[in-house]
Amino acid sequence: MTLRAIISTRLGRYGFFPVAGAIFIALLFAFVFIKGGYLLTVMQLAMIYGVFCVGLNFFMGYTGQASFGQNAFAALGGYGTAILCVQYGWEPIAALIASMAIAGVASVVVGYPTLRLRGHYLAMATFALGLITYDISVQWQSVTQGYMGYSGIPPLGIGPFTVEDERAKLVCLMVILFIGVWISGRLRNSRFGRALRAISTSELGAAALGIRISRYKLAAFVIAALYASAAGSLFAHVVGFISPEVFGLQMVVVTFTMLYVGGVGTVLGPAIGAIIASLLPEIVRSTGRFQDIAYALALILMLIYVPKGLSGLANVGKKPASGEG
Amino acid sequence: MALLSVRGLTKRFDGLVANSEIDLDVPEGSLFAVIGPNGAGKTTFFNMLSGFLAPTSGTIALDGKDITRVSQDKIAAMGLIRTFQLVQMFQGMSAAENVEVGFHLRTRGGVASALMRPPWLKRQEEDIRAKARELLAFVGLGRQADMNAELLPYGQQRLLEVARAMAAEPRLLLLDEPAAGLNAHETDALAEVIQHINQRGITVLLIEHDVGLVTRIAHRIAVLDFGCKIAEGTPEEIKKHPDVIAAYLGTETASA
Repeated sequence: MTLRAIISTRLGRYGFFPVAGAIFIALLFAFVFIKGGYLLTVMQLAMIYGVFCVGLNFFMGYTGQASFGQNAFAALGGYGTAILCVQYGWEPIAALIASMAIAGVASVVVGYPTLRLRGHYLAMATFALGLITYDISVQWQSVTQGYMGYSGIPPLGIGPFTVEDERAKLVCLMVILFIGVWISGRLRNSRFGRALRAISTSELGAAALGIRISRYKLAAFVIAALYASAAGSLFAHVVGFISPEVFGLQMVVVTFTMLYVGGVGTVLGPAIGAIIASLLPEIVRSTGRFQDIAYALALILMLIYVPKGLSGLANVGKKPASGEG
Repeated sequence: MALLSVRGLTKRFDGLVANSEIDLDVPEGSLFAVIGPNGAGKTTFFNMLSGFLAPTSGTIALDGKDITRVSQDKIAAMGLIRTFQLVQMFQGMSAAENVEVGFHLRTRGGVASALMRPPWLKRQEEDIRAKARELLAFVGLGRQADMNAELLPYGQQRLLEVARAMAAEPRLLLLDEPAAGLNAHETDALAEVIQHINQRGITVLLIEHDVGLVTRIAHRIAVLDFGCKIAEGTPEEIKKHPDVIAAYLGTETASA
Protein backbone atom coordinates (compact mmCIF):
# COMPACT_ATOMS: atom_id res chain seq x y z
CA MET A 1 0.00 0.00 0.00
CA THR A 2 1.41 3.38 -0.94
CA LEU A 3 1.61 6.19 1.57
CA ARG A 4 -1.07 8.12 -0.31
CA ALA A 5 -3.43 5.15 -0.18
CA ILE A 6 -2.82 4.76 3.55
CA ILE A 7 -3.54 8.45 4.15
CA SER A 8 -6.70 8.46 2.07
CA THR A 9 -8.14 5.30 3.68
CA ARG A 10 -7.26 6.64 7.10
CA LEU A 11 -9.00 9.93 6.36
CA GLY A 12 -11.94 8.02 4.98
CA ARG A 13 -12.27 6.22 8.28
CA TYR A 14 -12.57 9.47 10.20
CA GLY A 15 -15.94 11.14 10.01
CA PHE A 16 -17.06 14.69 10.57
CA PHE A 17 -17.23 14.59 14.37
CA PRO A 18 -13.70 13.32 15.08
CA VAL A 19 -12.15 15.88 12.75
CA ALA A 20 -14.33 18.68 14.14
CA GLY A 21 -13.57 17.51 17.68
CA ALA A 22 -9.82 17.45 17.07
CA ILE A 23 -9.93 20.94 15.55
CA PHE A 24 -12.02 22.19 18.48
CA ILE A 25 -9.59 20.80 21.05
CA ALA A 26 -6.60 22.22 19.14
CA LEU A 27 -8.22 25.68 18.94
CA LEU A 28 -9.13 25.45 22.58
CA PHE A 29 -5.54 24.83 23.61
CA ALA A 30 -4.32 27.59 21.28
CA PHE A 31 -6.82 30.00 22.90
CA VAL A 32 -5.77 28.99 26.39
CA PHE A 33 -2.09 29.43 25.56
CA ILE A 34 -2.63 32.89 24.08
CA LYS A 35 -5.05 34.13 26.73
CA GLY A 36 -3.13 32.64 29.67
CA GLY A 37 -4.11 33.50 33.21
CA TYR A 38 -6.78 31.60 35.07
CA LEU A 39 -7.70 29.37 32.10
CA LEU A 40 -4.20 27.89 32.22
CA THR A 41 -4.88 26.65 35.75
CA VAL A 42 -8.24 25.22 34.68
CA MET A 43 -6.62 23.28 31.87
CA GLN A 44 -3.76 22.12 34.09
CA LEU A 45 -6.27 20.64 36.49
CA ALA A 46 -8.18 19.14 33.56
CA MET A 47 -5.03 17.33 32.49
CA ILE A 48 -4.45 16.03 36.03
CA TYR A 49 -8.05 14.85 36.35
CA GLY A 50 -7.62 13.37 32.88
CA VAL A 51 -4.78 11.18 34.12
CA PHE A 52 -6.94 10.05 37.03
CA CYS A 53 -9.91 9.27 34.74
CA VAL A 54 -7.85 7.37 32.18
CA GLY A 55 -6.78 5.12 35.04
CA LEU A 56 -10.26 4.80 36.51
CA ASN A 57 -11.45 3.81 33.05
CA PHE A 58 -9.35 0.64 33.21
CA PHE A 59 -11.37 -0.55 36.17
CA MET A 60 -14.78 0.97 35.50
CA GLY A 61 -14.75 1.15 31.71
CA TYR A 62 -12.79 -1.77 30.34
CA THR A 63 -13.44 -4.17 33.21
CA GLY A 64 -16.90 -2.86 34.12
CA GLN A 65 -16.39 -2.77 37.90
CA ALA A 66 -17.56 -0.01 40.21
CA SER A 67 -15.09 1.92 42.33
CA PHE A 68 -16.07 4.97 44.33
CA GLY A 69 -12.79 4.97 46.20
CA GLN A 70 -9.97 5.65 43.73
CA ASN A 71 -9.55 9.06 45.38
CA ALA A 72 -7.85 7.10 48.19
CA PHE A 73 -4.94 6.34 45.87
CA ALA A 74 -4.81 9.91 44.63
CA ALA A 75 -4.50 10.96 48.28
CA LEU A 76 -1.72 8.42 48.73
CA GLY A 77 0.11 9.90 45.75
CA GLY A 78 -0.46 13.48 46.85
CA TYR A 79 0.60 12.96 50.44
CA GLY A 80 3.42 10.63 49.48
CA THR A 81 4.88 13.28 47.22
CA ALA A 82 4.29 16.10 49.70
CA ILE A 83 5.87 14.29 52.62
CA LEU A 84 8.86 12.96 50.67
CA CYS A 85 9.60 16.33 49.08
CA VAL A 86 8.84 18.70 51.96
CA GLN A 87 9.99 16.62 54.92
CA TYR A 88 12.79 14.63 53.34
CA GLY A 89 13.84 16.83 50.44
CA TRP A 90 13.37 14.21 47.72
CA GLU A 91 13.48 14.96 44.03
CA PRO A 92 9.92 15.46 42.71
CA ILE A 93 10.26 12.72 40.07
CA ALA A 94 11.63 10.25 42.61
CA ALA A 95 8.84 11.13 45.03
CA LEU A 96 6.21 10.68 42.31
CA ILE A 97 7.51 7.25 41.35
CA ALA A 98 7.96 6.15 44.96
CA SER A 99 4.38 7.23 45.74
CA MET A 100 3.12 5.26 42.77
CA ALA A 101 4.95 2.19 44.04
CA ILE A 102 3.36 2.63 47.48
CA ALA A 103 -0.08 3.09 45.93
CA GLY A 104 0.48 0.00 43.79
CA VAL A 105 1.30 -2.14 46.80
CA ALA A 106 -1.60 -0.64 48.77
CA SER A 107 -4.02 -1.38 45.95
CA VAL A 108 -2.95 -5.03 45.87
CA VAL A 109 -3.40 -5.32 49.64
CA VAL A 110 -6.80 -3.60 49.55
CA GLY A 111 -7.96 -5.06 46.27
CA TYR A 112 -7.21 -8.69 46.98
CA PRO A 113 -9.97 -9.12 49.58
CA THR A 114 -12.28 -6.35 48.32
CA LEU A 115 -12.55 -7.48 44.72
CA ARG A 116 -14.33 -10.65 45.76
CA LEU A 117 -17.35 -8.40 46.09
CA ARG A 118 -19.48 -7.51 43.11
CA GLY A 119 -21.81 -4.77 41.92
CA HIS A 120 -23.27 -2.62 44.67
CA TYR A 121 -21.26 -4.37 47.38
CA LEU A 122 -18.02 -3.55 45.61
CA ALA A 123 -19.20 0.04 45.15
CA MET A 124 -19.93 0.35 48.89
CA ALA A 125 -16.61 -1.22 49.92
CA THR A 126 -14.59 1.08 47.66
CA PHE A 127 -16.65 4.05 48.81
CA ALA A 128 -15.68 3.18 52.37
CA LEU A 129 -12.05 3.02 51.30
CA GLY A 130 -12.24 6.62 50.09
CA LEU A 131 -13.93 7.78 53.30
CA ILE A 132 -11.41 6.01 55.51
CA THR A 133 -8.52 7.56 53.61
CA TYR A 134 -10.09 10.98 53.98
CA ASP A 135 -10.47 10.47 57.74
CA ILE A 136 -6.90 9.32 58.06
CA SER A 137 -5.65 12.37 56.19
CA VAL A 138 -7.60 14.59 58.59
CA GLN A 139 -6.85 12.79 61.84
CA TRP A 140 -3.26 11.56 61.53
CA GLN A 141 -1.89 15.02 62.08
CA SER A 142 1.70 14.07 62.87
CA VAL A 143 2.06 12.79 59.31
CA THR A 144 -0.53 14.65 57.27
CA GLN A 145 -0.75 17.94 59.19
CA GLY A 146 -4.55 17.52 59.29
CA TYR A 147 -6.74 20.18 57.69
CA MET A 148 -3.75 22.42 57.20
CA GLY A 149 -2.27 20.06 54.68
CA TYR A 150 1.09 20.64 53.02
CA SER A 151 2.25 23.72 51.19
CA GLY A 152 5.52 24.62 49.55
CA ILE A 153 5.66 21.40 47.54
CA PRO A 154 8.33 21.93 44.86
CA PRO A 155 7.31 22.01 41.17
CA LEU A 156 8.04 19.15 38.81
CA GLY A 157 11.54 18.92 37.49
CA ILE A 158 14.71 16.94 37.14
CA GLY A 159 17.77 18.21 39.00
CA PRO A 160 18.28 21.92 38.32
CA PHE A 161 15.57 21.99 35.63
CA THR A 162 12.20 22.83 37.12
CA VAL A 163 8.90 23.55 35.41
CA GLU A 164 7.66 26.78 36.95
CA ASP A 165 6.16 28.69 34.04
CA GLU A 166 2.41 28.11 33.89
CA ARG A 167 2.43 27.45 30.14
CA ALA A 168 5.35 25.04 30.47
CA LYS A 169 3.48 23.24 33.25
CA LEU A 170 0.49 22.78 30.97
CA VAL A 171 2.67 21.45 28.15
CA CYS A 172 4.30 19.05 30.58
CA LEU A 173 0.90 17.80 31.82
CA MET A 174 -0.37 17.47 28.25
CA VAL A 175 2.57 15.20 27.45
CA ILE A 176 1.95 13.11 30.55
CA LEU A 177 -1.77 12.77 29.77
CA PHE A 178 -0.92 11.85 26.20
CA ILE A 179 1.38 9.09 27.42
CA GLY A 180 -1.36 7.91 29.79
CA VAL A 181 -3.89 7.74 26.95
CA TRP A 182 -1.38 6.03 24.68
CA ILE A 183 -0.76 3.31 27.29
CA SER A 184 -4.51 2.92 27.72
CA GLY A 185 -5.02 2.48 23.98
CA ARG A 186 -2.24 -0.06 23.63
CA LEU A 187 -3.48 -2.11 26.56
CA ARG A 188 -7.11 -1.98 25.45
CA ASN A 189 -6.32 -3.57 22.12
CA SER A 190 -4.27 -6.44 23.42
CA ARG A 191 -4.76 -9.88 24.90
CA PHE A 192 -4.81 -8.21 28.32
CA GLY A 193 -7.37 -5.58 27.29
CA ARG A 194 -9.61 -8.10 25.57
CA ALA A 195 -9.67 -10.18 28.75
CA LEU A 196 -10.71 -7.12 30.79
CA ARG A 197 -13.45 -6.20 28.32
CA ALA A 198 -14.71 -9.78 28.22
CA ILE A 199 -15.04 -9.72 32.02
CA SER A 200 -17.04 -6.49 31.88
CA THR A 201 -20.07 -8.09 30.22
CA SER A 202 -19.76 -11.80 31.00
CA GLU A 203 -17.65 -13.18 33.81
CA LEU A 204 -19.07 -16.63 33.12
CA GLY A 205 -18.10 -16.53 29.46
CA ALA A 206 -14.63 -15.22 30.30
CA ALA A 207 -14.00 -17.85 32.99
CA ALA A 208 -15.09 -20.62 30.61
CA LEU A 209 -12.37 -19.51 28.20
CA GLY A 210 -9.72 -19.79 30.88
CA ILE A 211 -9.47 -16.13 31.88
CA ARG A 212 -8.54 -15.79 35.56
CA ILE A 213 -11.20 -13.30 36.58
CA SER A 214 -9.87 -12.28 39.99
CA ARG A 215 -6.34 -11.77 38.69
CA TYR A 216 -7.44 -9.54 35.82
CA LYS A 217 -9.79 -7.51 38.01
CA LEU A 218 -6.95 -6.95 40.45
CA ALA A 219 -4.62 -5.92 37.62
CA ALA A 220 -7.16 -3.33 36.41
CA PHE A 221 -7.61 -2.07 39.97
CA VAL A 222 -3.86 -1.70 40.45
CA ILE A 223 -3.43 0.13 37.13
CA ALA A 224 -6.24 2.51 38.14
CA ALA A 225 -4.49 3.08 41.47
CA LEU A 226 -1.16 3.82 39.77
CA TYR A 227 -2.78 6.43 37.54
CA ALA A 228 -4.66 7.89 40.52
CA SER A 229 -1.46 8.13 42.54
CA ALA A 230 0.34 9.83 39.65
CA ALA A 231 -2.55 12.30 39.37
CA GLY A 232 -2.36 13.01 43.10
CA SER A 233 1.39 13.65 42.91
CA LEU A 234 1.00 15.85 39.83
CA PHE A 235 -1.60 17.91 41.66
CA ALA A 236 0.77 18.40 44.56
CA HIS A 237 3.65 19.50 42.32
CA VAL A 238 1.62 21.72 40.03
CA VAL A 239 -0.50 23.48 42.65
CA GLY A 240 2.14 23.30 45.38
CA PHE A 241 -0.44 22.70 48.07
CA ILE A 242 -2.59 19.77 49.20
CA SER A 243 -5.16 19.21 51.93
CA PRO A 244 -7.64 16.42 52.70
CA GLU A 245 -10.37 18.28 50.78
CA VAL A 246 -8.46 17.98 47.51
CA PHE A 247 -8.93 14.21 47.56
CA GLY A 248 -12.38 14.17 49.17
CA LEU A 249 -15.80 13.17 47.95
CA GLN A 250 -15.83 16.06 45.50
CA MET A 251 -13.10 14.31 43.54
CA VAL A 252 -15.23 11.15 43.22
CA VAL A 253 -18.20 13.10 41.88
CA VAL A 254 -16.16 15.20 39.48
CA THR A 255 -14.24 12.26 38.03
CA PHE A 256 -17.41 10.20 37.55
CA THR A 257 -18.94 13.08 35.64
CA MET A 258 -15.86 13.31 33.46
CA LEU A 259 -15.80 9.59 32.78
CA TYR A 260 -19.44 9.44 31.68
CA VAL A 261 -19.47 12.72 29.77
CA GLY A 262 -16.41 11.65 27.80
CA GLY A 263 -17.37 8.03 27.30
CA VAL A 264 -16.67 5.23 29.74
CA GLY A 265 -14.78 2.28 28.24
CA THR A 266 -13.33 4.25 25.33
CA VAL A 267 -9.69 5.20 24.91
CA LEU A 268 -10.09 8.95 24.41
CA GLY A 269 -13.30 9.45 26.39
CA PRO A 270 -11.80 9.97 29.85
CA ALA A 271 -9.40 12.66 28.59
CA ILE A 272 -12.10 14.41 26.54
CA GLY A 273 -14.48 14.23 29.48
CA ALA A 274 -11.91 15.73 31.80
CA ILE A 275 -11.37 18.70 29.46
CA ILE A 276 -15.06 19.34 28.77
CA ALA A 277 -16.26 18.86 32.34
CA SER A 278 -13.50 21.17 33.59
CA LEU A 279 -14.39 23.91 31.13
CA LEU A 280 -18.13 23.65 31.58
CA PRO A 281 -18.22 25.51 34.93
CA GLU A 282 -16.16 28.31 33.35
CA ILE A 283 -18.56 28.56 30.43
CA VAL A 284 -21.70 28.61 32.57
CA ARG A 285 -20.13 31.07 35.03
CA SER A 286 -21.52 33.93 32.92
CA THR A 287 -25.04 32.92 34.02
CA GLY A 288 -24.16 34.21 37.48
CA ARG A 289 -26.23 32.74 40.29
CA PHE A 290 -27.81 30.24 37.89
CA GLN A 291 -24.46 28.63 37.18
CA ASP A 292 -25.12 25.45 39.16
CA ILE A 293 -28.43 24.98 37.37
CA ALA A 294 -26.86 25.68 33.99
CA TYR A 295 -24.07 23.21 34.76
CA ALA A 296 -26.50 20.47 35.76
CA LEU A 297 -28.68 21.16 32.74
CA ALA A 298 -25.74 20.89 30.38
CA LEU A 299 -24.74 17.57 31.95
CA ILE A 300 -28.26 16.17 31.70
CA LEU A 301 -28.56 17.21 28.07
CA MET A 302 -25.25 15.57 27.27
CA LEU A 303 -26.19 12.34 29.01
CA ILE A 304 -29.54 12.23 27.20
CA TYR A 305 -28.30 13.06 23.71
CA VAL A 306 -24.83 11.52 23.86
CA PRO A 307 -25.36 8.66 26.34
CA LYS A 308 -22.20 6.86 25.26
CA GLY A 309 -20.13 9.96 25.91
CA LEU A 310 -18.69 12.60 23.65
CA SER A 311 -16.11 10.22 22.24
CA GLY A 312 -19.05 8.09 21.06
CA LEU A 313 -19.75 10.80 18.48
CA ALA A 314 -16.75 9.45 16.60
CA ASN A 315 -18.72 6.34 15.75
CA VAL A 316 -21.79 8.10 14.38
CA GLY A 317 -22.43 6.73 10.91
CA LYS A 318 -19.46 4.38 11.13
CA LYS A 319 -19.27 0.61 11.19
CA PRO A 320 -18.48 -0.87 14.60
CA ALA A 321 -14.76 -0.93 15.15
CA SER A 322 -12.88 -4.16 14.64
CA GLY A 323 -9.77 -5.14 16.57
CA GLU A 324 -7.94 -1.98 15.62
CA GLY A 325 -8.59 1.48 16.86
CA MET B 1 -9.66 -45.01 27.46
CA ALA B 2 -12.33 -42.49 28.28
CA LEU B 3 -11.36 -38.83 27.90
CA LEU B 4 -13.85 -37.83 30.58
CA SER B 5 -14.77 -40.18 33.33
CA VAL B 6 -17.27 -39.42 36.05
CA ARG B 7 -17.83 -41.58 39.12
CA GLY B 8 -20.62 -41.31 41.68
CA LEU B 9 -21.16 -37.62 41.04
CA THR B 10 -23.70 -36.20 43.46
CA LYS B 11 -24.94 -32.69 44.16
CA ARG B 12 -27.33 -31.75 46.94
CA PHE B 13 -28.80 -28.26 47.37
CA ASP B 14 -30.13 -28.30 50.98
CA GLY B 15 -32.17 -31.48 50.79
CA LEU B 16 -32.83 -31.35 47.07
CA VAL B 17 -30.78 -33.95 45.24
CA ALA B 18 -29.99 -32.41 41.86
CA ASN B 19 -27.57 -35.15 40.76
CA SER B 20 -27.35 -38.57 42.33
CA GLU B 21 -24.48 -41.03 41.90
CA ILE B 22 -23.91 -40.37 38.21
CA ASP B 23 -21.33 -42.52 36.41
CA LEU B 24 -20.34 -41.59 32.90
CA ASP B 25 -17.50 -42.36 30.49
CA VAL B 26 -17.06 -40.22 27.41
CA PRO B 27 -14.68 -41.95 24.96
CA GLU B 28 -12.10 -39.82 23.18
CA GLY B 29 -13.30 -38.68 19.76
CA SER B 30 -16.96 -39.39 20.41
CA LEU B 31 -20.01 -37.21 20.03
CA PHE B 32 -21.82 -37.85 23.27
CA ALA B 33 -25.16 -36.44 24.40
CA VAL B 34 -26.87 -36.13 27.75
CA ILE B 35 -30.62 -35.75 27.48
CA GLY B 36 -33.42 -35.52 29.98
CA PRO B 37 -36.61 -33.62 30.71
CA ASN B 38 -36.53 -30.12 32.20
CA GLY B 39 -35.25 -30.17 35.75
CA ALA B 40 -33.53 -33.53 35.32
CA GLY B 41 -30.24 -32.02 36.53
CA LYS B 42 -28.44 -31.70 33.19
CA THR B 43 -27.12 -28.19 33.72
CA THR B 44 -26.08 -28.98 37.30
CA PHE B 45 -24.13 -31.91 35.90
CA PHE B 46 -22.44 -29.67 33.33
CA ASN B 47 -21.64 -26.98 35.87
CA MET B 48 -19.83 -29.55 38.00
CA LEU B 49 -17.86 -30.93 35.05
CA SER B 50 -16.66 -27.46 34.08
CA GLY B 51 -15.78 -26.38 37.61
CA PHE B 52 -18.55 -23.80 38.02
CA LEU B 53 -20.14 -25.79 40.83
CA ALA B 54 -18.49 -27.97 43.47
CA PRO B 55 -19.94 -31.48 43.75
CA THR B 56 -21.17 -32.83 47.09
CA SER B 57 -19.40 -36.12 46.39
CA GLY B 58 -17.96 -38.14 43.54
CA THR B 59 -15.04 -37.63 41.19
CA ILE B 60 -14.46 -36.23 37.72
CA ALA B 61 -11.34 -37.08 35.72
CA LEU B 62 -10.21 -35.53 32.44
CA ASP B 63 -7.76 -37.74 30.59
CA GLY B 64 -6.96 -39.56 33.82
CA LYS B 65 -6.31 -36.37 35.83
CA ASP B 66 -8.64 -35.52 38.67
CA ILE B 67 -10.45 -32.22 38.09
CA THR B 68 -13.13 -32.58 40.76
CA ARG B 69 -12.30 -29.42 42.72
CA VAL B 70 -10.15 -27.61 40.21
CA SER B 71 -11.04 -24.00 39.33
CA GLN B 72 -12.84 -23.12 36.08
CA ASP B 73 -9.90 -21.44 34.40
CA LYS B 74 -7.57 -24.37 35.15
CA ILE B 75 -10.10 -26.85 33.80
CA ALA B 76 -10.37 -24.71 30.68
CA ALA B 77 -6.58 -24.68 30.41
CA MET B 78 -6.62 -28.49 30.55
CA GLY B 79 -8.76 -28.50 27.41
CA LEU B 80 -12.33 -28.68 28.67
CA ILE B 81 -14.21 -25.73 27.18
CA ARG B 82 -17.92 -25.09 27.61
CA THR B 83 -20.68 -22.92 26.25
CA PHE B 84 -23.78 -21.77 28.11
CA GLN B 85 -27.50 -22.29 27.79
CA LEU B 86 -27.96 -18.53 28.08
CA VAL B 87 -25.57 -17.11 25.49
CA GLN B 88 -22.69 -15.24 27.12
CA MET B 89 -21.78 -12.63 24.52
CA PHE B 90 -18.99 -10.16 25.17
CA GLN B 91 -20.88 -6.98 24.43
CA GLY B 92 -19.37 -3.94 22.80
CA MET B 93 -17.13 -6.21 20.75
CA SER B 94 -17.38 -7.35 17.16
CA ALA B 95 -17.98 -11.02 16.36
CA ALA B 96 -14.31 -11.34 15.39
CA GLU B 97 -13.16 -9.81 18.68
CA ASN B 98 -15.35 -12.24 20.61
CA VAL B 99 -13.50 -15.09 18.93
CA GLU B 100 -10.16 -13.38 19.55
CA VAL B 101 -10.92 -13.49 23.28
CA GLY B 102 -11.33 -17.25 22.82
CA PHE B 103 -7.62 -17.50 21.97
CA HIS B 104 -6.72 -16.36 25.49
CA LEU B 105 -5.38 -19.75 26.58
CA ARG B 106 -3.54 -20.36 23.34
CA THR B 107 -1.70 -17.04 23.30
CA ARG B 108 0.62 -15.24 25.69
CA GLY B 109 1.39 -11.68 26.61
CA GLY B 110 0.53 -9.29 29.42
CA VAL B 111 0.86 -5.61 30.16
CA ALA B 112 4.56 -5.26 29.32
CA SER B 113 4.39 -6.94 25.92
CA ALA B 114 1.18 -5.07 25.05
CA LEU B 115 3.08 -1.80 25.58
CA MET B 116 6.26 -2.82 23.78
CA ARG B 117 4.58 -4.78 20.98
CA PRO B 118 7.61 -6.94 20.12
CA PRO B 119 7.63 -8.71 16.72
CA TRP B 120 6.40 -12.02 18.15
CA LEU B 121 3.34 -10.27 19.57
CA LYS B 122 2.52 -8.65 16.24
CA ARG B 123 2.76 -12.04 14.56
CA GLN B 124 0.56 -13.55 17.25
CA GLU B 125 -2.06 -10.81 16.81
CA GLU B 126 -2.09 -11.22 13.04
CA ASP B 127 -2.29 -14.95 13.50
CA ILE B 128 -5.33 -14.90 15.79
CA ARG B 129 -7.03 -12.27 13.66
CA ALA B 130 -6.77 -14.59 10.65
CA LYS B 131 -7.73 -17.67 12.65
CA ALA B 132 -10.74 -15.89 14.16
CA ARG B 133 -12.04 -15.20 10.66
CA GLU B 134 -11.46 -18.82 9.67
CA LEU B 135 -13.44 -20.01 12.67
CA LEU B 136 -16.27 -17.60 11.91
CA ALA B 137 -16.37 -18.90 8.35
CA PHE B 138 -16.31 -22.44 9.75
CA VAL B 139 -19.54 -21.86 11.71
CA GLY B 140 -21.06 -19.90 8.80
CA LEU B 141 -20.59 -16.39 10.16
CA GLY B 142 -17.88 -15.29 7.73
CA ARG B 143 -19.83 -12.22 6.66
CA GLN B 144 -20.71 -11.17 10.22
CA ALA B 145 -17.09 -10.87 11.42
CA ASP B 146 -17.13 -7.10 11.85
CA MET B 147 -20.66 -6.82 13.12
CA ASN B 148 -21.40 -5.94 16.70
CA ALA B 149 -21.83 -9.32 18.42
CA GLU B 150 -24.75 -8.28 20.63
CA LEU B 151 -26.75 -7.16 17.57
CA LEU B 152 -26.56 -10.56 15.85
CA PRO B 153 -29.72 -12.68 15.82
CA TYR B 154 -29.95 -15.23 18.61
CA GLY B 155 -29.14 -18.23 16.41
CA GLN B 156 -26.00 -16.55 15.13
CA GLN B 157 -24.94 -15.64 18.66
CA ARG B 158 -25.07 -19.32 19.54
CA LEU B 159 -22.88 -20.20 16.57
CA LEU B 160 -20.54 -17.37 17.55
CA GLU B 161 -20.23 -18.82 21.04
CA VAL B 162 -19.30 -22.16 19.51
CA ALA B 163 -16.66 -20.50 17.30
CA ARG B 164 -15.30 -18.71 20.36
CA ALA B 165 -15.05 -21.97 22.27
CA MET B 166 -13.27 -23.56 19.30
CA ALA B 167 -10.65 -20.80 19.45
CA ALA B 168 -9.57 -22.21 22.82
CA GLU B 169 -8.66 -25.45 21.01
CA PRO B 170 -10.67 -27.74 23.28
CA ARG B 171 -10.01 -31.44 23.65
CA LEU B 172 -13.48 -31.79 25.08
CA LEU B 173 -16.18 -29.34 24.08
CA LEU B 174 -19.22 -29.08 26.34
CA LEU B 175 -22.28 -27.58 24.68
CA ASP B 176 -25.13 -26.66 27.02
CA GLU B 177 -28.43 -26.87 25.11
CA PRO B 178 -26.99 -25.32 21.94
CA ALA B 179 -30.26 -25.68 20.04
CA ALA B 180 -32.44 -23.98 22.69
CA GLY B 181 -34.46 -21.22 21.07
CA LEU B 182 -33.36 -22.04 17.52
CA ASN B 183 -35.75 -22.65 14.63
CA ALA B 184 -35.58 -25.83 12.55
CA HIS B 185 -33.35 -24.27 9.91
CA GLU B 186 -30.91 -22.91 12.49
CA THR B 187 -30.89 -26.25 14.33
CA ASP B 188 -29.88 -28.03 11.11
CA ALA B 189 -27.03 -25.58 10.56
CA LEU B 190 -25.91 -26.10 14.15
CA ALA B 191 -26.08 -29.89 13.85
CA GLU B 192 -23.82 -29.71 10.84
CA VAL B 193 -21.32 -27.50 12.69
CA ILE B 194 -21.26 -29.86 15.67
CA GLN B 195 -20.60 -32.83 13.38
CA HIS B 196 -17.78 -30.97 11.63
CA ILE B 197 -16.22 -30.13 14.98
CA ASN B 198 -16.34 -33.78 15.96
CA GLN B 199 -14.82 -34.77 12.61
CA ARG B 200 -11.87 -32.52 13.46
CA GLY B 201 -11.12 -34.93 16.28
CA ILE B 202 -12.64 -32.91 19.10
CA THR B 203 -14.67 -34.87 21.61
CA VAL B 204 -18.10 -33.27 22.03
CA LEU B 205 -20.42 -33.66 24.99
CA LEU B 206 -23.73 -31.93 24.57
CA ILE B 207 -26.74 -31.47 26.74
CA GLU B 208 -29.87 -31.27 24.74
CA HIS B 209 -33.57 -30.98 25.07
CA ASP B 210 -34.17 -31.53 21.36
CA VAL B 211 -34.32 -35.33 21.11
CA GLY B 212 -34.58 -35.24 17.30
CA LEU B 213 -31.25 -33.46 17.02
CA VAL B 214 -29.52 -35.75 19.48
CA THR B 215 -30.68 -39.07 18.02
CA ARG B 216 -29.60 -37.81 14.61
CA ILE B 217 -26.02 -36.80 15.41
CA ALA B 218 -24.89 -38.39 18.70
CA HIS B 219 -22.87 -41.61 18.80
CA ARG B 220 -23.96 -42.34 22.31
CA ILE B 221 -26.59 -40.95 24.64
CA ALA B 222 -27.06 -40.90 28.40
CA VAL B 223 -30.47 -40.09 29.87
CA LEU B 224 -30.98 -38.24 33.14
CA ASP B 225 -34.25 -38.14 35.03
CA PHE B 226 -34.75 -36.70 38.53
CA GLY B 227 -30.97 -36.38 38.87
CA CYS B 228 -30.22 -40.06 38.14
CA LYS B 229 -28.83 -41.64 35.03
CA ILE B 230 -31.62 -44.01 33.94
CA ALA B 231 -30.16 -45.24 30.66
CA GLU B 232 -27.17 -45.10 28.36
CA GLY B 233 -26.59 -46.47 24.87
CA THR B 234 -26.63 -45.82 21.15
CA PRO B 235 -29.43 -43.66 19.74
CA GLU B 236 -31.21 -46.84 18.55
CA GLU B 237 -31.03 -48.42 22.00
CA ILE B 238 -32.20 -45.25 23.69
CA LYS B 239 -35.20 -44.87 21.41
CA LYS B 240 -36.32 -48.39 22.37
CA HIS B 241 -35.44 -48.23 26.08
CA PRO B 242 -38.67 -48.66 28.08
CA ASP B 243 -37.58 -46.44 30.99
CA VAL B 244 -36.63 -43.65 28.63
CA ILE B 245 -39.91 -43.85 26.77
CA ALA B 246 -41.77 -43.75 30.07
CA ALA B 247 -39.77 -40.89 31.54
CA TYR B 248 -39.23 -38.74 28.56
CA LEU B 249 -39.70 -39.82 24.99
CA GLY B 250 -43.19 -41.14 25.53
CA THR B 251 -44.75 -37.78 26.13
CA GLU B 252 -42.51 -36.09 23.58
CA THR B 253 -43.22 -38.50 20.71
CA ALA B 254 -46.93 -38.53 21.46
CA SER B 255 -47.10 -34.80 20.93
CA ALA B 256 -44.76 -34.79 17.95
